[in-house]
Amino acid sequence: MSPTTSTATRRPLLLAAFATLVFVFIYLPIVMLVLYSFNRDGVGGFPPRHLTIDWYRQLWADSAIWDSVVNSLIVAAGAVVLSLTLGLLAALALDRADFPGKSLFRRLVLLPLILPGIITGLSMLMFAVFAGFQRSLTLVFFGHGTALISVATTELFAGLQKTDRRQEEASLDLGATPWPTFLSVTLPNLKLSLIAADLFIFPLSMAEIAVTFFLIGSENTLPLEIWGRLRRGITPEINAVSTLILVVSIILITVWYHLRTRAERH
Amino acid sequence: MYSRTYKFLVALPPIVWVTLFLILPYLMMFVHSFWTVRDGVILHHWNVGNYATLFKNPLYVQVLLRTVRIAAAVTLLSVLLGYPLAYFLSFHAGPRKEILYQLIIVPLWVSYLVRGYAWKTILGSDGVLNGFLQYLHITHGPVSALLYSPFAVVLMLTHIYTPFVFLPIYASLEHIPRPLIEASHDLGASSRRTFFRIILPLSLPGLLAGATFAFVLSLGDFLAPLLVGGPSGTMIANLVQSLFGAAYDWPLGAAISVCILMITIALLAFTQRVEKRWLFE
Repeated sequence: MSPTTSTATRRPLLLAAFATLVFVFIYLPIVMLVLYSFNRDGVGGFPPRHLTIDWYRQLWADSAIWDSVVNSLIVAAGAVVLSLTLGLLAALALDRADFPGKSLFRRLVLLPLILPGIITGLSMLMFAVFAGFQRSLTLVFFGHGTALISVATTELFAGLQKTDRRQEEASLDLGATPWPTFLSVTLPNLKLSLIAADLFIFPLSMAEIAVTFFLIGSENTLPLEIWGRLRRGITPEINAVSTLILVVSIILITVWYHLRTRAERH
Repeated sequence: MYSRTYKFLVALPPIVWVTLFLILPYLMMFVHSFWTVRDGVILHHWNVGNYATLFKNPLYVQVLLRTVRIAAAVTLLSVLLGYPLAYFLSFHAGPRKEILYQLIIVPLWVSYLVRGYAWKTILGSDGVLNGFLQYLHITHGPVSALLYSPFAVVLMLTHIYTPFVFLPIYASLEHIPRPLIEASHDLGASSRRTFFRIILPLSLPGLLAGATFAFVLSLGDFLAPLLVGGPSGTMIANLVQSLFGAAYDWPLGAAISVCILMITIALLAFTQRVEKRWLFE
């Protein structure tokens, strides 16, 4: 190895130190949150003292929070089904069909990802009022499902571009009709993209606030329930519920990571 | 190889759905911005009065300028934090690269509200930072200026968008062919020259994508100001929100939204041009 390449691979200490600081910045609030969820005095003060699981007990008995969790899960599951169905069709159309305004459609479908949530939320609110729909969880589900078609389409279109189309050609040439071909060739080939899309869409819907904010009725999703409580003041229970969300997220990411590495090995 | 029926069946539902439930709502925003409200009723009188109000009323201009300043600060800080982090991971992290990458992704899955709330507990007058400062006898009473200020909004949004800015920058750095960098060194270019002539230009698309994302989403944020901003941290989307709520002037709120939309689209067009020009030079 020449001396010049060794300078390129040398580890610059200053950069490493800076990267560490950025990591600390990213993780500091999260660590704080977890730590103070076990602190008897709740949210303030330093150092945290008197470890307790009281906040978790209180959370366990808090039916309003759990109702909102169930609402969020239902909305997110519905949004996944709606956005994946339409996103899959849109991806197939973009991959295989030509229609007028195709490139425009491709741009427009991405708008909810690009624009601030408040614009999408308010536009949908105006449409709902115009069409005579009530603000409700159902409306939130339609809103999330429609906005997240963007993620589904992007992810599945990328997946379709990577798959080997000759397999489908072979299936069709050998006399299989389109529908069985779709079920036994196209869909299995897209399995990884479908899981990936799912793992984006589900948490995005679970955590969504800006659109939900304008479409929600009397029943809250979890973020809106948390929002309502934050407006009233700080409660340590929120630390506990946030810690639980964090744990679930980490489990999901780990599962996804393993699925992906396993699939890549095959 | 696909029949016309197949293409038709596949294309029709998403086109109809997206047109009806996404494009039409966005168009309604435009339409509303040219209407007026009188005595709590929205009148369908076409006019540009809402836009005139926006430019004449100093409140709106002032808040819009503040919002742009906050969004610019957030963008700049996120890039200053995200770029070196991406650079370090891509070129110097060695075998730990993958796990470090995953560690940066994790916070993206932690709800926006939860992270905002965490900053509230840190910055509050009986919060962690004040407790810490008093514990070390640096200050004797709580410093109340930390929370409910534009500073707190910038801090919270920077914390949220740094990983978002990191991602595309990292992706573009990873795509730079390593032999290119080695060649530059072998030909005698210094590390600094290699960075400015090879690495930075080739990572520019990622940098622009990340920066645009951070800027646009900060520009339209209304939750951070409500959570940690206080009155001095009010941003343009808060005005929109109040116009759609208690103040009940949907047309004026829609006009502000259209302005945000226009800034967004102008910015996207601008970055696309910059990218193209830079790449062809």
